[in-house]
Amino acid sequence: MSTATRQMHLAAHFPGVNNTTVWADPRSGSQIDFSSFEHLARTAERGRFDFFFLAEGLRLREHNGRIHDLDVLGRPESLTVLAALAAVTDRLGLAATVNATFNEPYELARRLATLDHLSEGRAAWNVVTSFDAFTGENFRRGGYLDRADRYTRAAEFVATARELWDTWTPDGTPRPFAHRGQHFAIEGEFTVPRSPQGHPVVIQAGDSPDGREFAASTADIVFTRHGTLESGRAFYADVKARLAKYGREPDQLKIMPGVTFVLGDSDAEAQERAAEIRRRQVSPQNALLALEQVWGRDLSAYDPDGPLPDIDPDPGSSLVQGRVRHGDPLAVAARWRALSEEKGLSIRQTVIETTGRQSFIGSPRTVAEQLTEFVAADAADGFILVPHLTPGGLDDFVDRVVPLLQERGVFRSEYGGPTLRSHLGLAEPVWKG
Amino acid sequence: MPATAPLHLAAEIGGPPRYDPGHYTGLARLAEHGALDFVTLGDSFARPGPDALAVLSRVAPATGRIGLVPTVTTTHTEPFHVASAVATLDWVSRGRAGWYVDVSTTGAEARLFGRRPAAPAGELWREAGDSAEVSARLWDSWEDDAEIRDVATGRFVDRDKLHYIDFEGADFSVRGPAIVPRPPQGHPVTVVDGTGGPARETAARHADVVLVRATTPEQAAAARTDLRRRAAAYGRDPDTLRVLVALTVDLGDAETAPEPGLESGPPLAAGGSYYRGGPVDLAELITRWHRGGAADGFHLTPISPGRDLERIVNGTVALLQHRSLFRTFYPGGTLREHLGLARPANRYALEGGRA
Ligand SMILES: Cc1cc2nc3c(=O)[nH]c(=O)nc-3n(C[C@H](O)[C@H](O)[C@H](O)COP(=O)(O)O)c2cc1C
Repeated sequence: MSTATRQMHLAAHFPGVNNTTVWADPRSGSQIDFSSFEHLARTAERGRFDFFFLAEGLRLREHNGRIHDLDVLGRPESLTVLAALAAVTDRLGLAATVNATFNEPYELARRLATLDHLSEGRAAWNVVTSFDAFTGENFRRGGYLDRADRYTRAAEFVATARELWDTWTPDGTPRPFAHRGQHFAIEGEFTVPRSPQGHPVVIQAGDSPDGREFAASTADIVFTRHGTLESGRAFYADVKARLAKYGREPDQLKIMPGVTFVLGDSDAEAQERAAEIRRRQVSPQNALLALEQVWGRDLSAYDPDGPLPDIDPDPGSSLVQGRVRHGDPLAVAARWRALSEEKGLSIRQTVIETTGRQSFIGSPRTVAEQLTEFVAADAADGFILVPHLTPGGLDDFVDRVVPLLQERGVFRSEYGGPTLRSHLGLAEPVWKG
Repeated sequence: MPATAPLHLAAEIGGPPRYDPGHYTGLARLAEHGALDFVTLGDSFARPGPDALAVLSRVAPATGRIGLVPTVTTTHTEPFHVASAVATLDWVSRGRAGWYVDVSTTGAEARLFGRRPAAPAGELWREAGDSAEVSARLWDSWEDDAEIRDVATGRFVDRDKLHYIDFEGADFSVRGPAIVPRPPQGHPVTVVDGTGGPARETAARHADVVLVRATTPEQAAAARTDLRRRAAAYGRDPDTLRVLVALTVDLGDAETAPEPGLESGPPLAAGGSYYRGGPVDLAELITRWHRGGAADGFHLTPISPGRDLERIVNGTVALLQHRSLFRTFYPGGTLREHLGLARPANRYALEGGRA
């Protein structure tokens, strides 16, 4: 296959519980009614997307000891909502983010295998490893796991799930299993036959060296934050290079950054819209909050339209709970200060400049071109698109960009097979009896 | 109970394990065609079969009115996850969810999890009660009007209307609030088999619908009276409890079998006393027991759902409808409405109101 026609994969992320999702827009609908999930999933399927993706958070975020109230809040439980979506879609993959720390392999493997049966081979599992004591307060064991063990547990969890998915023989006879390891000592019989995909597709979304190694050893897809051309290429090369050690080919692990987009009739119009969306995403209240998330300090006395604080961040702060922290706060603060001084930006303007920027902005033609180049340049195998509006945020992309990608021959016009593995070009895992 | 009290009917649609969604959708639609209050789908880690809650979630968009009640064990599961999943079933079904609370008593089930040994039923039913309490609190942890979308102040929710539940029990503690907003029914319907032993206490305290196995109308009436008395002792209004007689039914091959009637064995299917006869005689039995005030309704477990559910709906239910003893259509949209149960007030909103 020549580089010019390299096929891309596309997924739709249901808008999240952070300020990327603009709820103040009059077109913004319910984040919890089934009709919103149905609309987005049907739109993704109309666009022949590989899969539909749901994130997870097991405790409402807190800021300064109080529940964070500025962003969209409240979601359904992923696997249950995906089982319902299996009834209103035919081909679309259905991916659930489910934590490996606060679940048990037997029950979760059973739920995932059930989803794979109910959807006739469209289930995927995004394995995440949040382990903090804050989240643990909602669970039997509390915050029991050391940070260092988050991936040893996750790796053993996935390996155990794969053993369970293999316990029934291909002709449908259950056989007993026994697993004994550092984290799990379990035995008995699995209640579900081998599912249509053999194993549901496994996605991984951690960025640390441990996370990347875990992905290289066992995942089918990596969901990454590296959504710029430069960092995408570096990440892509790094992760793909780790595969050989596990006897795997580069094709067997798809790298899909989460990206945002803004469309307009012209590039200029799209830029204008993008700026307007960023202003909506970063309200004055949200600007102060973003600042506090980096600084780890109460900065409520500062004016969002005034300059950045002189004091330094508190790196050991517990001000923010239940949110994944990205990057070293001191370095981020230094970068923000430099930018603010250079351009004379207020707090809010600085936050808008540094955090809200969308990945792909332009006319449908420009965006289709950029996405194609991105894949051709080995910065990604495809994209997980994060719309900023529920539930209509994907409509324009599917109506206006997808046909151009299809015209270019870089994205499918029809599904080639029934399962998510077939969309991804991944083989069914060999049955290990 | 006045003779005119509405009759409630439910059916189990589980049987030999099936993994194709079409099978379950077909049975649920058939039950919906008969305007039944709800279907249950049994589940256990101890025998082959898919996850029942997921199956009924798959069924939800393909049905419009019927209540959907999967079995969910509280023994090796996380109360927080259970509450989220049941609330989500209520969202995707637009207010038709329930859960049939069960416990896992065997050592074989305990070894699937490897977390703790098997425990006596009494202990497990007390834990099931705690799990039901956690669910109810989590479902209340968002007030109905917590979401405000106030552009002026930039706030999506009013956090004073989100509540920590701070449950501390013998087996677990849960901080809250829920990650799922309050479900459409407020509380999805809690179903417990309260036939005997430690389950009866948990049923009286936490259930909206209690199933009892009985072989005579007198036995059923006694269980109903006992459950209502115990519920009242917990400060509940006994009229918020629906007691259904659980029957395993074998409608055989003939319109009327030679010896219709009720036997107490053999236990062909899980639980329930055993009825063998024709669909017409079953309608007679239901009519007689219900008129006599023995129960608020019946939960029927066909020994062969593929065969017997059709006979129940087109034979037994059609006859009851013809005699104006059972609804011919759904006047309401939610399972609580079918059962004549009010949407519960939110405990935290009440506390706030009193403060
Ligand atoms: C793109 C992306 C998406 C993620 N989504 C979730 C999520 O939905 N829920 C969650 O609990 N963690 C999520 N995480 C957190 C990761 O699973 C992981 O726990 C975290 O990144 C820490 O692992 P690391 O040290 O390897 O980065 C996400 C991470 C990334 C990079």
